Amino acid sequence: MSNRYAAAIEAEGLVRVFKKGPRAVDGIDLQVAPGEVYGFLGPNGAGKSTTVHMLTTLLPPTEGTARVAGFDIVHQGAEVRTAIGAALQEAALDPFLTGREHMRFQAALHGLPRGERRQRGDELLERLGLSDAADRKVGGYSGGMKRRLDLALALVHEPRILFLDEPTTGLDPQSRTALWEEVQRLVADRGVTVFLTTQYLEEADVLARRIGIIDNGQIVAEGTTYELKAQIGQPSVEAIPAEAEDLARLTAVLERFGEPVPGTPRGATVRLSGGEATLADVVRALDAEDLQVEHLQLHQPTLNDVFLAKTGRSLEGARQEEEQAREEPTERVAA
Amino acid sequence: MSVALTLQVGTVARRSILRTLRQPAMVVPALIFPMLLLAINSGGLDSATNLPGFPTDSYLTFALALTFLQGTMFAAMSAGTNVATDIETGFFNRLSLTPLRRVALLVGQLSGVIVLALLQATTFLVVGLSAGASLEAGPLGIPVIVALSLLTTLGFGSLGAFVALRTGSGETVQGLFPLMFAALFLSSMALPRNLIEIDWFRTVATWNPVSYMLEGIRSLLIDGWNGEALALGFLASGGLAVIALAAAASALKTRMVRA
Amino acid sequence: MSARGIRSVVLGVAWRNLHSFFSNPALFVPAMIFPLFFFTAFAGGLSRIENVPGFNFPPGYTAFEYAFVLLQASAFGGVFTGFAVARDFESGFARRMLMAAPSRRALIAGYALSGLVRALFTIGVVTTVAFLAGMKLHGDGLELVGLYTLALLVNFSAVLFGTGVAMRLRTFQAAPAMQVPVFLTLFLAPVYVPLGLLAGWVHAAAKLNPLTVVLEAERGFIAGDPAKAGLAFGLLAGIGALFILWALRSLRSAEQATV
Repeated sequence: MSNRYAAAIEAEGLVRVFKKGPRAVDGIDLQVAPGEVYGFLGPNGAGKSTTVHMLTTLLPPTEGTARVAGFDIVHQGAEVRTAIGAALQEAALDPFLTGREHMRFQAALHGLPRGERRQRGDELLERLGLSDAADRKVGGYSGGMKRRLDLALALVHEPRILFLDEPTTGLDPQSRTALWEEVQRLVADRGVTVFLTTQYLEEADVLARRIGIIDNGQIVAEGTTYELKAQIGQPSVEAIPAEAEDLARLTAVLERFGEPVPGTPRGATVRLSGGEATLADVVRALDAEDLQVEHLQLHQPTLNDVFLAKTGRSLEGARQEEEQAREEPTERVAA
Repeated sequence: MSVALTLQVGTVARRSILRTLRQPAMVVPALIFPMLLLAINSGGLDSATNLPGFPTDSYLTFALALTFLQGTMFAAMSAGTNVATDIETGFFNRLSLTPLRRVALLVGQLSGVIVLALLQATTFLVVGLSAGASLEAGPLGIPVIVALSLLTTLGFGSLGAFVALRTGSGETVQGLFPLMFAALFLSSMALPRNLIEIDWFRTVATWNPVSYMLEGIRSLLIDGWNGEALALGFLASGGLAVIALAAAASALKTRMVRA
Repeated sequence: MSARGIRSVVLGVAWRNLHSFFSNPALFVPAMIFPLFFFTAFAGGLSRIENVPGFNFPPGYTAFEYAFVLLQASAFGGVFTGFAVARDFESGFARRMLMAAPSRRALIAGYALSGLVRALFTIGVVTTVAFLAGMKLHGDGLELVGLYTLALLVNFSAVLFGTGVAMRLRTFQAAPAMQVPVFLTLFLAPVYVPLGLLAGWVHAAAKLNPLTVVLEAERGFIAGDPAKAGLAFGLLAGIGALFILWALRSLRSAEQATV
């Protein structure tokens, strides 16, 4: 059976209906190119994990077709599983086995020769920073260590395609960054295709080249992060005058550069019709009017803005991230 | 690449054995509790040997068979709990994503409890015989007792695995305990069937396959080589093993719906 | 701290516990099933024991075993209340009660009250089944009052014991620490035959076991010949006082851990 394929993953009209339950996945079409990192972004209950379970052959679809590594997920399941690795939502480890025993176990199940099992296991443990803990029972590992071991297990048979289902949920920022770096290394060094599901905007932004936004079992938007944000429009600029009585004049100046949008009541916010490049013109115009500003900030559209525009709701992860961002604003420019 | 079945069975078995033996909370009660009951019951019911028609003058010998059955019931709980835990934690999905064949998964998973059963059988025989229980079948009876015990364990272990695979719930597996308790108590565990006075109780014990499992082992201890008792014992244990294994295999097929 | 305040804590804790018990089949069913089971298995399966030379209990074997099952249901009812306390600590609910209750000792009284009510219910069920099975009680009204008072005193002691263990360990992992001592104490008593018919070390252990006196007093009440009643009540009063102290000191240990 041929395994030459144009797309690493392709799905057409994928549907999954649970007994007496909802249509968890309601007609998914997607294509992921070899070596690409594809981000599947959506809130809890959107259908991300169900999609992953179907693509990894753990769950048969109710309707539709899909091919992974060129093999049909329904009729060529064994071939699919040989080509893929998966780190699913639960770390799924045995607390009574050590890290090293997990690696040997997984390697043996994949049929690696005995000598190669040890070598491969040790190499992956080293790469993921688990060598020191390798002979400790996994029950004593931290959350970050468990996730790294989970990733190592998914890689033991050198799969061409890697499925990561919310791989950093519950991890501290340091562990999360470490995992991202490993994924990026896999893609850069080995050309692994990665299908990543996440509810974190930053994760999708950092890792994925293309993103599919899923809600209620359907893809509501798809494209590169740049394309998706561009769909929403241009960035906005927000300014607060140093003197409150200058608000009207400041507003008039800003409105020369774009349409007003809702923002802070102490200042004015407009969407820049000329894009980011006109920010310098805004500053020059304010200066020409001798207007002192206390605060000037450029807001780029976020993926949450994309989700909000498509669904009328915010992503849950986005709310938390935005709250954090409000405490540490970026790109502040003081005129 | 096609992975040899034996390698798969061996790999899963190794893990199953390791995780069973690494849980003292599973191993110690499985060894200690039956022996404690043996000690208590052999002292508490020794006077029962004075009943006309009681087959031996040693209640210890009579009750020793029960320890093996109690051990197998621990095995059922252990096998079921381990499988349910794998399902609940997602480890089962991890196994499903490998080339692991279903038969290898089932046989491998049951290996842990079989090893525990071997440990139990050895311990119970050593302790029982040291305490003065007789073995009328002689040394050749030992492998037969062990074989019957392991076959019974396979049956009850498969039953536990079936419940776990069907429901995916450790709590439901725990619900097996009262049922097995009932099966054990409504048998010839305390008195021979012909000495059970209450008609309905005797009828239930006669229909209860656990009675024949007990009597098969007991016959080797008390009678020597009783073909009928042994045949019925192996038939009861073997029958349970076949039915429970088939049920577990079917439940595994549904649980592992992958292509 | 007013009497009304104390009463409201006691009744509140008791109500909550009883509500959990009666509305949760996972708690209610085993508490009912196991005593019935023991009764059926022992009284039904071992009834021939009354033909053992030296067995002399006029009301019959069913009543003989009823006395043990009554004791077992009362004791384990107390242990199950201890489980409830352990669960409360593990879930954090106990902390809520410790912070809110004007009298923390009243919490223990509340648990004890709920244990007593549960025991009464279980005793009622077991007694009904025993009568349906043809049990005959030879004791008069006063002797029957004595019988059930003994059972409730056993329950009271067991509740305090279990509560104390739960408050010290504050986790459901404490369950075996409650179950095993009670189980051993129960079964190292004349469960199946009178004390005089026990053999070996079990006889020696039973002679030293205070529950033997209680069990024999119960059987005396059933037979209308309460020979050891005074000693039994005296022992239970002493044991009860001891476990009151145990529970109170355990409460102090729990308070210090919660601060």
